[in-house]
Amino acid sequence: METVEALVAHIQGLSGNPDEVSHLHSLLKQSEETLRLQVSRLAPFIKELDPAIHSLGYLYLLDAYSSGPISGEHISSFHGYFVGFINSCSIEQIRLVSEKFISLCKRYKDQVIQQHVPIQAVVPLRTAIRKIQSSSEQLTSLHPDFILVCLLSKYYKAAISILDDDVFEIDQPKDFFLYCYYGGMIYIGLKQFPKALECLHNVVTAPMSAINSIAVEAYKKYVLVSLTHLGQISTFPKYTSSTAQRNLRNFAQPYVDLANCYSNGKFSELEEFIQANLEKFQADNNLGLVKQVLSSLYKRNIQRLTQTYLTLSLQDIADTVQLSTSKDAELRVLQMIQDGDIFASINQKDGMVSFHEDPEQYKTCKMIEHVDSSIQRMMALSKKLTEIEEHISCDPAYLSKIGRERPRFDFDDFDSVPHKFLNGGEGNGFLLLDSSAQF
Amino acid sequence: MEADDDAAFFTMSDEAMILNGVDELEGQQLPTSHGGKAAMRGEQMDVEAYAALYTGRTKVSRLIFIADQCGNQSMQLEALRMAHDEIKKGEDSHLYRLVEQKIDGRLGPKYAFDQTWVDSIERRAEQRKEKLENELNGYKTNLIKESIRMGYNDLGDFYYAHSQLGDAFKNYVRTRDYCTTSKHIIQMCLNVILVSIELGQFMHVSNYVSKAEQTPDSLDPITVAKLRCAAGLAHLEGRRYKLAARKFLETGFELSSNYMEVIAPQDVATYGGLCALASFDRMELKNKVIDNINFRNFLELVPEVRELINDFYASRYASCLDYLENLKPNLLLDIHLHEHVETLYDEIRHKAIIQYTHPFISVDLPTMASAFKTSVTGLQKELEALITENQIQARIDSHNKILYARHADQRNTTFQRVLQTGIEFEKEVRSMLLRSNLIKHEHNQRASRKQ
Repeated sequence: METVEALVAHIQGLSGNPDEVSHLHSLLKQSEETLRLQVSRLAPFIKELDPAIHSLGYLYLLDAYSSGPISGEHISSFHGYFVGFINSCSIEQIRLVSEKFISLCKRYKDQVIQQHVPIQAVVPLRTAIRKIQSSSEQLTSLHPDFILVCLLSKYYKAAISILDDDVFEIDQPKDFFLYCYYGGMIYIGLKQFPKALECLHNVVTAPMSAINSIAVEAYKKYVLVSLTHLGQISTFPKYTSSTAQRNLRNFAQPYVDLANCYSNGKFSELEEFIQANLEKFQADNNLGLVKQVLSSLYKRNIQRLTQTYLTLSLQDIADTVQLSTSKDAELRVLQMIQDGDIFASINQKDGMVSFHEDPEQYKTCKMIEHVDSSIQRMMALSKKLTEIEEHISCDPAYLSKIGRERPRFDFDDFDSVPHKFLNGGEGNGFLLLDSSAQF
Repeated sequence: MEADDDAAFFTMSDEAMILNGVDELEGQQLPTSHGGKAAMRGEQMDVEAYAALYTGRTKVSRLIFIADQCGNQSMQLEALRMAHDEIKKGEDSHLYRLVEQKIDGRLGPKYAFDQTWVDSIERRAEQRKEKLENELNGYKTNLIKESIRMGYNDLGDFYYAHSQLGDAFKNYVRTRDYCTTSKHIIQMCLNVILVSIELGQFMHVSNYVSKAEQTPDSLDPITVAKLRCAAGLAHLEGRRYKLAARKFLETGFELSSNYMEVIAPQDVATYGGLCALASFDRMELKNKVIDNINFRNFLELVPEVRELINDFYASRYASCLDYLENLKPNLLLDIHLHEHVETLYDEIRHKAIIQYTHPFISVDLPTMASAFKTSVTGLQKELEALITENQIQARIDSHNKILYARHADQRNTTFQRVLQTGIEFEKEVRSMLLRSNLIKHEHNQRASRKQ
């Protein structure tokens, strides 16, 4: 049993090179109990340490300091220590104890939320994520927390910098579910519906052996966003887990009915349906989205008219899409022209709207750049695919599985196809199952 | 020869009845002349001439069908009277009761319910049935294949004549095991087809048609024609209009009046013509219908249909639609076609509209509306539906009431599609990688749990 003083001395002495740090690490592990017992005395010692040099020790002390309930006057000092630590801590040292680091961050997040000042946590958590993750493709346990904080503080734009990273490495499925669900909500808040759909789609189609409420809530939002943005819901793709396929619809019955009602294209029917199920939507906190679905029906119906008509009077538009006056119709059409949803011009003299074709000619420099960047992205992606395929085809577990199955395959079928082809075929088939349809 | 006379008689008498004496001359020369007014039929259809085209059970059931559907007292009674007369010739007490019930004493004492006739018929039927069954049992003990087949066949015939169609069907099917030559098989198939059509079981019809067609010996033309008709009916019933049209068009004219217990050659023309109009494109219509020498013979029997097909092909839609409208009341009284009349008519109308707009860059809606005998707003609604279904590539200028054809810009659509596919690909691959990572994670977890 060492005293805190001795420990601090060790920390100060052993933070130089990696060898010393690992020795310090084991020392600190042993004395965790001591630290916890002396929570009340820790504050002055923390001040003695430099978070940039003594990151590991600082983390241990701070963790012990915050492990118990923190009284009112100490909260602000804790926040101060924490922010200072996050900003200047050394990456190498904290990665040794990433779990401790993450739990500390989570404790901080809980604190902030409890005090109703989530916006304070946005910047520190973002820094924390950047420090702890090994590459921008890694999803850490801090991701969902960070996005939650952004959501709560309605500071949606801050979340984008993290959300825009392509995430491929996942530690915990639960983190992934939450990350995508919150991410979907952020994009909904920003009205970036395609992105929102992508996020929610990832939740809904993620492999799951048991249904979870994150997926159910995500599916509800998925239905609503899909209706608002695309005007219909697509059926589950075949890679969706059978659990999801079987259960999600049952859990979100009012939403499925809403989609069916929407597909009829009758505004009054949809309105009635929403009124009848108002409480359910309200209970799910989805009423706002439902209202957006309702008003998107106008848009959808007007858009359909552009497919069939070159010119149409505002009165006719109002009649067809069940708007009460031609003035309303004019406003709607104007709004849609502004948003770039339709290409049209209104002639106010005789109340006529003429619809135009998409003026995009695909020959501007900007468009070429856009196409080029798309191609670059595709190439990067397909390179990644090849890499992973190579990785898998060299994976001993995979090869042994394939090797085990092969003789039986031959035996049963008396197949005359040489092994060479079989093997290659299976290797590709396994990996490119989903993407092959796209090529 | 006799059959041709029969048919000719039909058209003539038909014309004589309906022409209001105005175009008598033109009507007389009908088979060759234009016959424009011939289509202007009166509301009333000539039940007697119609009934003369059929024999046996189908005649009765068609008449009863007309009586049920026409909603016109005098016509109904006329149909029932003829059904009654026809039944009296046979020995079907079941149908007799049915018709008597429908007549309900409205045709006077001559057509009142005749209990003694029914009793005697039923007694005789009972005896005959017993006799046939005994005979069959005798054959069975002797194991003479041919006799057993005949026995079953007789029993089938008996049941058919007494409206016990289910039993008739069973007995006919049973003869199958005792068929020794392909002639027997053909006979069996035709019997089964006949009963199945009466039963409305068109699955069996197409089954047995294909069975009959698979017999090794070549069939005589009349049988081939019969089988084509039956297959056509089955397809019609199954709403496969294109296939139905093909079958009817392949029907040989040898059919003439040899299949009166099922279908008249006039029907072949009508069914085939309408199905072809509804489902064929212009090329097919020209090659398979108008230039089809064999089918032309059928069309001569029903000049209205011939005219309307020609009008359709020549883009005289107003007159074509006129013919169709005039034919409609009669077609609705047809036992096989009535269910499909609306669908076929809609299809034909859509086809006509699509064909009308096809060659133009812009179409004046009022002109078009008058060609289709409808209002501009009505036409606009129809066009809107067709454009939404992507059957017409055009857009409506509702201000100037003009329809403009829409020419897709290949280059732009390609760009659009490519970009769209790119976005989708990217999305798919990314979410696939994510999923595979999740699966990998689960796999790892399971593996670590095992250790």
